[in-house]
Parts: sequence; C-alpha cells; structure tokens
Amino acid sequence: MCKDIRVESRSREMLYTTTFFAASCVLVFSFAFVRSGRPVVGAEAGIIWVALAYAGQLALGRAFERELHQDALRGLLLAPVDRAAIFVGKLLGIMLLMVVVEAVVVFFVAVFFSTTFFDYGLLFIGLLVAGTIGFACVGALFAAMLARSQSRTVLLPVLLYPITVPVLIAGVSGTLSLIQSEPNLDLARFWLALIVFFDVVFMTLALWTFEPLMTE
Amino acid sequence: MLTRTPVALLIVAAAMFAAAPIFIAYAPNEATMGLVYKIVYFHVPAWFMMFLAIFVCGIASGIYLFKDRVSADRLAYSAAEVAVLFGAIGLTTGPLWARVSWGVWWPWDVRTTLALILEMTFIAYLLLRKYGGPGSEKLSAGLALFGMFNVPFVYVSVNVWRTLHPQTTVVPQLPPAMAGPLWWCVLAYLLLFVVMISGRRRLEEQRAIVERLRLVYDED
Repeated sequence: MCKDIRVESRSREMLYTTTFFAASCVLVFSFAFVRSGRPVVGAEAGIIWVALAYAGQLALGRAFERELHQDALRGLLLAPVDRAAIFVGKLLGIMLLMVVVEAVVVFFVAVFFSTTFFDYGLLFIGLLVAGTIGFACVGALFAAMLARSQSRTVLLPVLLYPITVPVLIAGVSGTLSLIQSEPNLDLARFWLALIVFFDVVFMTLALWTFEPLMTE
Repeated sequence: MLTRTPVALLIVAAAMFAAAPIFIAYAPNEATMGLVYKIVYFHVPAWFMMFLAIFVCGIASGIYLFKDRVSADRLAYSAAEVAVLFGAIGLTTGPLWARVSWGVWWPWDVRTTLALILEMTFIAYLLLRKYGGPGSEKLSAGLALFGMFNVPFVYVSVNVWRTLHPQTTVVPQLPPAMAGPLWWCVLAYLLLFVVMISGRRRLEEQRAIVERLRLVYDED
C-alpha cells in the first residue's frame, strides 16, 4: 500500500484522472437533471452515488494494472506475507483514492445543485465511508481476481454492479432521507446500519476467499 | 448418455407437465384478475427453482473453492445455467401478469427487483465463465458465493426502498383449490430441475473426459 501511495503521490495519475472523471459525471448528470434552471428534487443523492460508483470502478480497474508488468502480481503473492495483508493494502489504497474523489464530488454537487449535505454531517459522512468500504472491498476482490484475465475491463463492471446494488440503494436512499425537506433520521440510521452489516459480511467473505481465489 | 434415473425422472416430469394444464384449467379463477392469474402456476414454481438453483450454485462454489473439488464446480456451473433459465421464465411471465393486474409491465415491487438483480448476477457468472479465459472457474465460484450471500441484503434493501411507495401484494392467501395445482406444478418443476442439472453435469463431465483424451492424443 505504501508503495502505491508513493507511486501515486509522485505521478498523481489516478488521482487526477479519476477526480476529473467524477467531476465530468456530475456535469453530465446536471444536464439531465436540471430543468429550466432548477434541479429535479432529490436527484443529488443519486448523482453523488452514481458518480462515485463510476469513479470507483475506474480506479479499481487500474489498481492491479501496475502489478501486471513483469508479473509483479505473482511476485507479490509469493512474498512471505499473509495474502490477506496484500488484499488489505490494496483495499486501503483504493479507499483513500475514493475518499478524495468523494470530497470533490460532494463539493461539486453542493455547488451545482445548491444542496446542504452537512446538516447532519456525521450521518452523511458515515454513509459515505461505510458505502466506500463496502464498494471497495467487493471491488478490490473482483479486480484482483480479474487482474490476470484478458477481458477484465468489461468484466469488472459486469460483476461489480449486481453485487454492490444493496450499497448503492442504501447510499442513495440514506442520503436522500438526510437532504429532503423533512429529514428522516431514523431511516438514515437504518440504511447506515445496513451498509455496515454488508461491510462486515463481505469483508469477512473477501478476506476468506482471497487466498483460494488467487491461487492458480 | 443419460443414466437410468434421470430418464425415469424426465418421463415422470413430462407426464406431470402434460397433466398440469388440466388441473390448472379446473382451478377456480381468481376474483379480480381472472384468467391471467393462471400464470401463477408456472410463474411461482419457476422462481422457487431459481432460488434453489442459486443456493445449489453458491454452496457448490464454496465447496469447490475451499476443497478444490472439480465435481462441485461442474455442479455449480450447471446450477447457474439452470438458475438463469428459470429466472428468464419468471421474468417473462411476470410482466404479462403485471400488465393486466397493475397496468404496468414492470411494477418495481420487491420481488421483481430482487429477481432482476439475481438474474443479472448469474448472467454475469455465465459471462465470466465464457469470456474470463483460463482460471475463470475459480473466479466465477467466487462470484457465485458472493451472489448467494447478497440475497438477503438485496431483499432487505429493496424492501425498505419500496415501502416508501405503495406496496402491492403479489401472492394472496391461496384457497386449497388453487394451492393443489400450484404444488403440483412446483413438484413438476422440481423434477425438471433435477433432470436438467444432472444432465448438464454429465455433459460437463464428458466434456472434461474428451478434453483429457484429446490432450493424450496430441502428446502421442
């Protein structure tokens, strides 16, 4: 993970491209959801999460590409460390990147759609962080699995979205319940709990299956 | 070549399917939906079988991943194909019913959404299997395992997401005159399910043998 951060901090390639991509997503959505100068009510929540999912997918696709040169992935797997540690390292790297992207997306949506997200800041941040963990942990496992596959660029989204649908539904609905004119805090807490539960189950599952999945 | 048991099962299943329309025709019409309600006798069993297939696939994939048993992988592959097939039956008959009873093709109700997401997961499984290249067996086993564990999450999230809107009850309490034919059809589908999976498994096995023989032949 340290290596990834170091490479990233030198080139900033992924950070810049992913962030810019997320911002352009928001822009494209604004054209779809702004009618005669006014945004459609409640569209913000959807835009944030869809932009996040797309940007996350882009980052995931690239995450293991670096290891493909000269078969570095095999070297990494042969290293005398716990395989789970490799997975957690990659996961943390992806999450860090996604958090930065989130900050930018939330900023843009808040400006373009004049929404205040931070009336219940803690719950909102909780939803974002928990959602990121869930999305990234399923995504990191699938990206790692597909790293050696030829058609990984098309297969990653095909596998990723059906599995992460609960996170997206919970994220969108939770955010919506916080920003609507009469916020529903109980509902938001329920969604947060659901994502956390999802995180726990799928993190366990990912750590558990990483070893057999990466063995050839 | 099929072994004797599946053939016998196939014959029984065929006989049951042949008899099913008679039972269905004699079952009383539902009060509000009338004739179209009879889709239920094919629609509901198809969903039962899809769920069964998903769990068979998920569990077999788990066994394959951790115990490295190739036969479990073949079972998982067959189950995934069968799941997609029954899912397709459900997704075709569902909208026909929905159009008549609720006036829309797609009601976004809990079950339809859940079904759509699961169907997509297992289509993804088949795509991965087909285009994943070497080693895709392991990867798809991972996906099937994740897909199985995802079922409760999808159900709960779609359920709460949809309770924000008016809900529709899909299957009301069935009177015995309707339950009889329904369970008959479920049993017929179950037999068909067993036949298809065992046939498909055998096909995979034979294919593996042919593959091995070809390798031996090439070496000589």
